[in-house]
Amino acid sequence: MTRTLLDPSSERSVLHRERLARPAQLRGQVVGLLDISKPRGDIYLDRLEELLVEAGAQVRRYKKPTFTKPAPVDLRHEIATQCTLVIEALAD
Amino acid sequence: MSQPGAPALPDGLVVVVKRECETCRMVAPLLSEFATAVYSQDDPAFPEGIAVVHDHDLSVSWHHDIETVPTVIRVVDGVEVDRIIGWSREQWQRFTGIAVLGDDLPPFRPGCGSLSVDPDRVDALRAAFAGHTLKARRIELAELDDEMELMFERGFTDGLPVVPPTEERVLRMLQGTSRAADEIVAVVPPDLVEVTVEKVAINAVMAGCKPEYLPWVIAALEAVCSDAFNIHGVLATTMPVGPVIVCNGPGTRAIGMNSEGNALGQGNRANLTIGRAVQLVVRNIGGGRPGEVDRATHGNPGKISFCFAEREHDSPITSLSVSRGFSPAANTVTVFAGEGPRCIVDQKVRTAPELATVFAACLRTLHNPKLVLAFDAILVIGPEHARVLADDGWDRERLLTELHARLQLPGSELVWGAGGIADGVPTHLHDATLPKFRPDGILVVHAGGGAGLFSAMIGGWANGEMGSQPVTKEVVP
Repeated sequence: MTRTLLDPSSERSVLHRERLARPAQLRGQVVGLLDISKPRGDIYLDRLEELLVEAGAQVRRYKKPTFTKPAPVDLRHEIATQCTLVIEALAD
Repeated sequence: MSQPGAPALPDGLVVVVKRECETCRMVAPLLSEFATAVYSQDDPAFPEGIAVVHDHDLSVSWHHDIETVPTVIRVVDGVEVDRIIGWSREQWQRFTGIAVLGDDLPPFRPGCGSLSVDPDRVDALRAAFAGHTLKARRIELAELDDEMELMFERGFTDGLPVVPPTEERVLRMLQGTSRAADEIVAVVPPDLVEVTVEKVAINAVMAGCKPEYLPWVIAALEAVCSDAFNIHGVLATTMPVGPVIVCNGPGTRAIGMNSEGNALGQGNRANLTIGRAVQLVVRNIGGGRPGEVDRATHGNPGKISFCFAEREHDSPITSLSVSRGFSPAANTVTVFAGEGPRCIVDQKVRTAPELATVFAACLRTLHNPKLVLAFDAILVIGPEHARVLADDGWDRERLLTELHARLQLPGSELVWGAGGIADGVPTHLHDATLPKFRPDGILVVHAGGGAGLFSAMIGGWANGEMGSQPVTKEVVP
């Protein structure tokens, strides 16, 4: 007799997502820097911004309201529409 | 009175009987006088001398909710309009319009249980006739598969064995709620997946719940998945916290929860499995697993399950749920992002002020004696300590006022480096006075056994809007 159990999981099919190709150069790119609101993340991002600007990239800064929650959907949409690259900074 | 997909009944008066029922045998000779169809649950040759439909798979009985035999159903245009059960001479005469029906029989005989509600058969019947209503993906086991091992291999368990979720068990679990199986209960972080009542029931079966616990599991999940509680952050933090579930209301006793000796420990099915079911949903639906989004440095054993009831029946203080605005008659769950409990011992204490002082001294040490305002706490007052408060006429509000007064701390003791301890508050607060807790940061609960001048404290996680806030939800049957 076949025994059958019910799947307790979310049954989300796993979608394999390809990474974007690595950009050939930074010049002309719009790079979003996302501060997750942990202490000293801004110090790290300030230094990254200097290096990116020197390399010819345009930089836009973003900040999550709190590191404890996922970024609000509006913020994610804003970054996706305004930037070609994004760097999310962890911190501490 | 009938289930979807029920076999049609012919118009007229339809009777359902079984031979093993003495009342059915008594009324059998009468049926030819009025019945348009007779269904026999057990013996196709019963009653003798009339045409009988054998309800061999009990499909007719199950779909038409036959609980007692004999049952007589009046069917008009294919639809049931009325039914009577058992034998009542006066009722049968009126129902059939035959004034002398069964005049020689006793006036009343109760019927017998229908085979379709026989406890040994009902789960299999429900699975056979309603199993297709369950939407979850099926996992077929090969002949040699061990179902317990399979659940581990698929990553569905919390490290302990789970009850395999068969259709029979899940359908039985769903009997515990009035909600539809496909109703959405919550959106579960971190994967932000909608969880249905059915999926909650599957995980509740695995946790070991009884059907009557299911509404408590659902209410706790609604609370845990709220933005205010923030289970995403509670999972992702490196701190050792998980949902601590405090249950209130008369329903806690009705389902057999423990609020007395060892209430925070092992040994009570309701306490342990309600909390476990919530965590299994977070794991299996939300994807909140240790080593993935759950980044706890140590965790704590309560992350398997931490759920208990408040001891209300002899408590001298207002219950947690009433203090949070609910009626004493309401059944509620309050969820709190908490670590494991720590004992507060004072066996010499005889006055309320002394008790408040020792509570405050212990609460001050929460997470770090020099960290203030960042964390809430639950104070679980044992009955012997509560008696000390009651003897001095202190209620919840008085206790909280006195605790907060004792937890106003001088900045000089709290600044970075003070007392040889690096952590603390910024140096510019040296001359300030700072409270250990925010004004509503101490939750008071009465629980525990009758012996022992002990209480317990449960430390929280980052509080406020950016962290986790306690959330109370009413349990809906």
